[in-house]
Amino acid sequence: MSDPSPLLEADGVGHVYSGGQVGCEDVSFRLYPGEVLGVVGESGSGKSTLLSCLSGMIRPESGVVRFDVGRQGLRDVFAISEPERRMLMRTEWGVVHQNPRDGLRMAISAGGNVGERLMAVGARHYGDIRGEALDWLDRVEIAPDRIDHLPRTFSGGMQQRVQIARILVSKPRLVFMDEPTGGLDVSVQARLLDLLRGLVRDLGVAAVVVTHDLAVVRLLSDRLMVMQGGKVVEQGLTDRVLDDPQHPYSQLLVSSVLQA
Amino acid sequence: MNDMSEQAAGFHSVDGQYNFAYLDEQTKRMIRRTLLKAIAVPGYQAPFGGREMPMAYGWGTGGIQVTASIIGLDDVLKVIDQGADDTTNAVSIRRFFKRVAGVAVTEATSEASVIQTRHRIPEEALTEDQIIVYQVPMPEPLRRLEPREAETRKMHAYAEYGLMHVKLYEDIARHGEITATYDYPVEVNARYVMAPSPIPKFDNPKMQMMPALQLFGAGREKRIYAIPPYTQVRSLDFDDHPFAVQSFEEPCGLCGATGVFLDEVILDDKGDHMFVCSDSDHCRGRRAEGHVGPRAAAAAALGYPAGEGEEA
Repeated sequence: MSDPSPLLEADGVGHVYSGGQVGCEDVSFRLYPGEVLGVVGESGSGKSTLLSCLSGMIRPESGVVRFDVGRQGLRDVFAISEPERRMLMRTEWGVVHQNPRDGLRMAISAGGNVGERLMAVGARHYGDIRGEALDWLDRVEIAPDRIDHLPRTFSGGMQQRVQIARILVSKPRLVFMDEPTGGLDVSVQARLLDLLRGLVRDLGVAAVVVTHDLAVVRLLSDRLMVMQGGKVVEQGLTDRVLDDPQHPYSQLLVSSVLQA
Repeated sequence: MNDMSEQAAGFHSVDGQYNFAYLDEQTKRMIRRTLLKAIAVPGYQAPFGGREMPMAYGWGTGGIQVTASIIGLDDVLKVIDQGADDTTNAVSIRRFFKRVAGVAVTEATSEASVIQTRHRIPEEALTEDQIIVYQVPMPEPLRRLEPREAETRKMHAYAEYGLMHVKLYEDIARHGEITATYDYPVEVNARYVMAPSPIPKFDNPKMQMMPALQLFGAGREKRIYAIPPYTQVRSLDFDDHPFAVQSFEEPCGLCGATGVFLDEVILDDKGDHMFVCSDSDHCRGRRAEGHVGPRAAAAAALGYPAGEGEEA
């Protein structure tokens, strides 16, 4: 990376839930602009907790998450004021949820869903908002005549794509994805991955992709973190980790993939 | 306020059973404090300790508590429901205050010092000497868009009102225009988005820079909000779909008025109908001045409008 300043920096991030279960423990990494970081691990390994801490949804009990807010440089996400953080979440970040119901307003049309972030930052021209929504729906391969349909009339793959358009419309610099292909059949997964890869490369968006599917990270991510029991057990370039895993758990994970 | 307490000390309701204006003095003081807060932050929904009133929620308990807290012996009260002084709710509330506060009541907008209303703002322009009290069923304009109360409060606190425009967007996308016709959201003093209570959007422009003080009481939700005199009140819209009020093709059948809000009245079983002023006082005033509408004769033949005047 020629740019020495990271976009997102996690420093010793840890979170223990009130019941005593460990969410994640002492996670540190740096993410640079345009880079895609994959996070893999089995269910309960703390991937989603980490994602929630990084994206400002849960305040971590220990450690610091810093984000490059522009002119002021890296700032502690949980030290800035709540309205500022919420503004960041609506404009510079986006979260693609595993279940589109968590990321979409199901009672609002696809166009309204995509236009929401524009209106949240002050767009007040209906024609312009609609034009932008049409453009983004087209980029995620949704036919223009579906713009006024409710997301509940869409297939799972389409809902996922509307969710992606809804986030990318505000031109974020960082996207968090929680199992973006979960629950989709393999052919739809493949097309979605293809689309995501294209968008990420074209727009230069940085991304943190949480998944248990190694094929997803091999396609999307530059670097990979392997988590087990809330801790990062191995991290490195994706190809290196997948082709030459060092930690016993990483070796188990890689060897457990069924060969079709 | 001192003045009011003195009045209250010497006052006994008609049957001697109630404190002046029904509520006890501590409750009225609490509501007045909330009113001051609401006026200081125009459009902000101030919580208050709403009391049980001798009527069901949804019948104006919020408006009545506000009226009870501000009314004094020398006030003149007007109560309207859907613009009319002679509807059940208006008659009952007027009677209530006659009994528990002994105040003078009127149907004439210009004579009233306090006007409690449901669903309308009078056609006649209000003055600096008047206070209008709105009964509010749903004070939270964001409620149908965001069900979580904690979240809507944050949205107000941080002025995150994009979602309100998403609703307007949906209207235009589905119907080609903004279809909200009543309780049309407004932005007060360039800050808070506020529900103007279920008045027709026809009345929204009257709130802009109104010389009278506007108070809003929601009894079930226990919220009070206010618009001080001469405050900016803007109806939300899009640049390319500007806010517009309803228009009527016919004048009022009884008094011939145009540019007023009209109700449709069915005249017979064959579907004959006419439009009449929703503001009954305004219509009566015009008829007294000699204005005659195109359907006045037909209506008179049917005995409409029926016996007018204050009930016993």
